Amino acid sequence: MIIKKSEIAGLLDQLAKEYRVYAPVDENGNIAFKAIKEGAEAKLGENSKKPPKEILFPQSEELFNYSVNQEGLRMDSKVDDTKSVAIGLRPCDAKSIMLLDNVFSNDQYQDVYYLARRDNTVIVSLGCNRPSGTCFCTSVNSGPFDTDGSDVLLTDIGEAYLVEAITEQGKELVGKLNLPEADAEAKALAEKAKASATVASEVDLAGLKEKLDGMFTHEYWDKLHEKCIGCAACTYLCPTCHCFDIEDDAKDCEGCRVRNWDACMFPLFTLHGSGHNPRTSGKERFRQRVMHKFNYFVDRYNATACVGCGRCIKNCPVNMDIRQVLAEIKAQDTGSEVG
Amino acid sequence: MDRNNPYLPIPMRLVKNFTETEDKLIHTFTLEFVNKEDEENFKYMPGQFAELMVYGKGEAPFGIASSPTEPGILKFSVAKVGVVSTALHLLEEGSIVGVRGPLGNWYPVEDLKGKNIVIIGGGFAFTTLRSTIEYLLDPARRGDYGDLTVIYGARNPGLLLYKDELKKWSERDDINLVTTIDRPVEGWTGRTGFIPAVVKEEAPSAENTVCIICGPPVMIKFTQPVLEELGFTPEQIIMSLEMRMKCGLGMCGRCNIGSKYVCKDGPVFTLAQLKKLPNEY
Repeated sequence: MIIKKSEIAGLLDQLAKEYRVYAPVDENGNIAFKAIKEGAEAKLGENSKKPPKEILFPQSEELFNYSVNQEGLRMDSKVDDTKSVAIGLRPCDAKSIMLLDNVFSNDQYQDVYYLARRDNTVIVSLGCNRPSGTCFCTSVNSGPFDTDGSDVLLTDIGEAYLVEAITEQGKELVGKLNLPEADAEAKALAEKAKASATVASEVDLAGLKEKLDGMFTHEYWDKLHEKCIGCAACTYLCPTCHCFDIEDDAKDCEGCRVRNWDACMFPLFTLHGSGHNPRTSGKERFRQRVMHKFNYFVDRYNATACVGCGRCIKNCPVNMDIRQVLAEIKAQDTGSEVG
Repeated sequence: MDRNNPYLPIPMRLVKNFTETEDKLIHTFTLEFVNKEDEENFKYMPGQFAELMVYGKGEAPFGIASSPTEPGILKFSVAKVGVVSTALHLLEEGSIVGVRGPLGNWYPVEDLKGKNIVIIGGGFAFTTLRSTIEYLLDPARRGDYGDLTVIYGARNPGLLLYKDELKKWSERDDINLVTTIDRPVEGWTGRTGFIPAVVKEEAPSAENTVCIICGPPVMIKFTQPVLEELGFTPEQIIMSLEMRMKCGLGMCGRCNIGSKYVCKDGPVFTLAQLKKLPNEY
């Protein structure tokens, strides 16, 4: 099937009657995923500066509100299970959702807020015809037309998008749109786009995890962090970073509990009530970020917590480049150090 | 209320706000369940913790000081150090607080059956050890375990927690209780000296024994070699770690040591397990 680009806005308006529709929109010059009111707001051609994780895991969300007095307690929580469609995610970002699933649904606890959104959101991704110079998705088990995490994949074929339903939810959604079948020419154009999309940069991850196993006390970390200013842009803009804080926004005994994105790059992140801090300096914090993504996450979930989207490289104010960091790590002599 | 949502606290009523130590910095809070259903659902084991919420102020994690053998209540001994703990200290009896839990793992009391147990505690980290001792001394369980030795130290007598329990335990003949303070004080009849030295003097046998140790990092650092000299292997030494925690569910990402989350995979680890993890705690 195909969708003509000129008809996208109308189709999104049609979908918006039944679903909440998330799409990349221009927000004061930055592209971010927002629930749109009109299909014309969607800027499908541009990748978002902010990662789409905010669709399922908002930067700030109320967990519940409450009031309490001597007689008793009132507490209200509402999970957001609105039927939604998210359109325009890049395949790397769609894949990041698969990684987040590991975190928010574990053997003991289910994050009801994340999972309600997850279960009710159909992911329509858009393949990358022209990956950016900072992309390295093919190095981390993804690719510009990877379908992992997508319910529907769109491929830009010029005047139109080729539409491929990947999952049952995707088929159901596409079935509602009465789209014309793709002809041989459209299919050929899509194949050509897929074949010619070149991811410029590569990182060789072979053996990296094992290397990091023996690098916790390595002197490499002493220097590496020195130019990092600890702004945490890399974590906020990372589609797989999921650390959060929980705070009460309350006056006296009435208010709400809110969770907000947080970051391991901040000094207070691990500060104990006693004043002890296991990650005292930027060295420990930068090491934590690298280790978490390329070592600890692999141990825990058998996957690297990076999808190669390149946002951390593109937006770092001091030009820290994770590709270079990983290459340098691989080049270090770790001798016989353990742990 | 949706009980499948692990972020929602259950309401409990503060029935006792007790000043535990002479310096008034530690209070023990006794809480009663407001709803019978919550009481039935709150199944915990010694060593677990819970998030304690003061409405309007926020929540913070604390070890559970009561034992599952004391039904109907939960106890927490809390030092006044931050916003939530200070607000707790100021709460009047009868107030409603929120409790989220039980969270984390526990001392492996099932696996310890048939073994001698040595419990070593220092300062106010004694809270979950109180839970463990009460659990082991329960008449229905005491026979499952061998000798029980408790070595507990504080800077001075006024800083020892649970004075009523200490008196009660000292009168029993199925527990060897050794209390110690750092320096001699008039009227003190117990031992004097730091925990590592007292452990060396007591010299508990490592044979068929497990040691549970909880206290300030410096105490653990100097007690560990003493235990090793006595023949305790890293598998026979069990510790409980403290970390900054928020969600308590292994999701918010701040309490990890290597690939383990202290809130979910811990807080209880054997020394053998800790030796495999990065030294970042």
